[in-house]
Amino acid sequence: MVELRNIFFQAGARKILDGCSLVVRPHEIHALLGTNGVGKSTLGYIIMGCEGYQPTAGEILFRGEVINRLGISERARRGITMTWQEPVRFEGISVRDYISLRNPSCDEASYLRLVGLDPSWYLQRMVDRCLSGGERKRIELASALALHPQFAVLDEPDSGIDMLSFDDIVHVIRLFRDNGASVLLITHRPELALIASSASQLCGGRIVCTGSPREVTDFFMAKKCSVCTEVMCDA
Amino acid sequence: MPELDSLIAAYRKCGGDEGVLADAETPHLLASGHSVLSMRGVDGLDVQTSATDDGIIIRVELGENVSLKQPLHLCFGVLHEEGIQRITIHVRLMKNSAAHFIAHCVFPDARKVQHIMDATIEIEEGAEMRYAETHYHGPYGGVEVIPKATVVLGERGRYYADFSLLEGRVGTLSLDYAVRAGKEAVAELSARVFGHGCDVIVLREKIVLEGENARGLIKTRIALEGDASAEVTGITEGNAAGARGHVDCTEIVKDNAVARAIPVVSVIHPDAKVTHEAAIGSVDKKQMETLMAHGLTPEEAVDMIVKGILR
Repeated sequence: MVELRNIFFQAGARKILDGCSLVVRPHEIHALLGTNGVGKSTLGYIIMGCEGYQPTAGEILFRGEVINRLGISERARRGITMTWQEPVRFEGISVRDYISLRNPSCDEASYLRLVGLDPSWYLQRMVDRCLSGGERKRIELASALALHPQFAVLDEPDSGIDMLSFDDIVHVIRLFRDNGASVLLITHRPELALIASSASQLCGGRIVCTGSPREVTDFFMAKKCSVCTEVMCDA
Repeated sequence: MPELDSLIAAYRKCGGDEGVLADAETPHLLASGHSVLSMRGVDGLDVQTSATDDGIIIRVELGENVSLKQPLHLCFGVLHEEGIQRITIHVRLMKNSAAHFIAHCVFPDARKVQHIMDATIEIEEGAEMRYAETHYHGPYGGVEVIPKATVVLGERGRYYADFSLLEGRVGTLSLDYAVRAGKEAVAELSARVFGHGCDVIVLREKIVLEGENARGLIKTRIALEGDASAEVTGITEGNAAGARGHVDCTEIVKDNAVARAIPVVSVIHPDAKVTHEAAIGSVDKKQMETLMAHGLTPEEAVDMIVKGILR
């Protein structure tokens, strides 16, 4: 579905990705683990094609096609989407309009219910500062679900979500897969990574471990990574 | 076409509801140039007009404890390519009255038109006035609009004004609103303008919170493209205990447009508080990327963000 081949990326003088390779197969949830600041979100931005996140070397393939030169919109129209660690606010854009951005005929209420929000309260509200981070996160997930993507990068979908709603978020992540999407699940929480079908750990700009979620979370928690020389990893 | 029909047609184009003009329960006043073409009053509302050599004088008075059931609809305009419209309006809302004014200002074919509005508004104790003004200026940019309002709010008085100029070219807009708010009074001034071509927008809005616990909000949203320019001055003074004010200005610029925001906040009482925020710049990159990740093109994303800001 999505394959990263030997991706290099640096921000200024700092190397972020240093020959990173990763494969996410069709209809799987692949968890990407790593400590804060290791480059997990950067990898998501590179897949999505965000401005300023063009790899200096390496290939990004989507369904066998090299998509390095495609912009965000083109990638989205091919079926790639992303939800952000910190969803932005939009003044004057209603929740209803936000969910139905590319699909005006969709049933916005049903998508809100899927993420545990009451449509009667939320549909007419604006995606602005009146919503909490957790509420915007859920709305972001609802809008991504409504796109029926083939590949979704979910960047820390549980951040800002209260602990009592953890199971709701797990349910939503699985819905992406059940609706036919592959998911790259970016997280640093092992308990969330365990819902995936496969997992990898990013460290020192490379994937240092790939396997079952249990194997990778054990590796992550035991700080077994000896590949990288980053201070953060040694900590 | 008779002038009244032409004005109504322009009013409709500007989003006005023609049906309300035929409704006997709904007050209205329509003026083209310096001619009042149609007027209807209702019980408790006194509307008088008089013509001078160079304009129209309008007096609106709402009786004590009267709440208008239906909004007062105003439509002002110059329908010809050239002309001048000078309106002096005096509004008085007596104690504990309430009214909603909906004004449409239409200049559909203006190439050299001047519209000058000078309003004095007195809102007495416990009274409330809501004033929404929507402009339609046509495509030529040949309009000079100079609205000025001086508002005095009595104790617990409330004044909510919303000015929007989103359709057609702005031309030149020089808006000057000033409000003095008494004890526990509330004033909210909102303005939304979309400038194109070489439009020039100058807004000056001021709220003086004179009374204890008075509240004020100045909210401005401007979008500019082409060679348009805008200068927005939002002034709030907190002069009494418990006074709270906020100035909030967002301006989005594209192309060669130039935006400037000048928030002026001052407090002369230790228990007053006034805050401000201003954001000027191009469309937010992360907002763009979020919408593009949903499949919108960059142009569609910008359009949606701008429409949202001006909503």
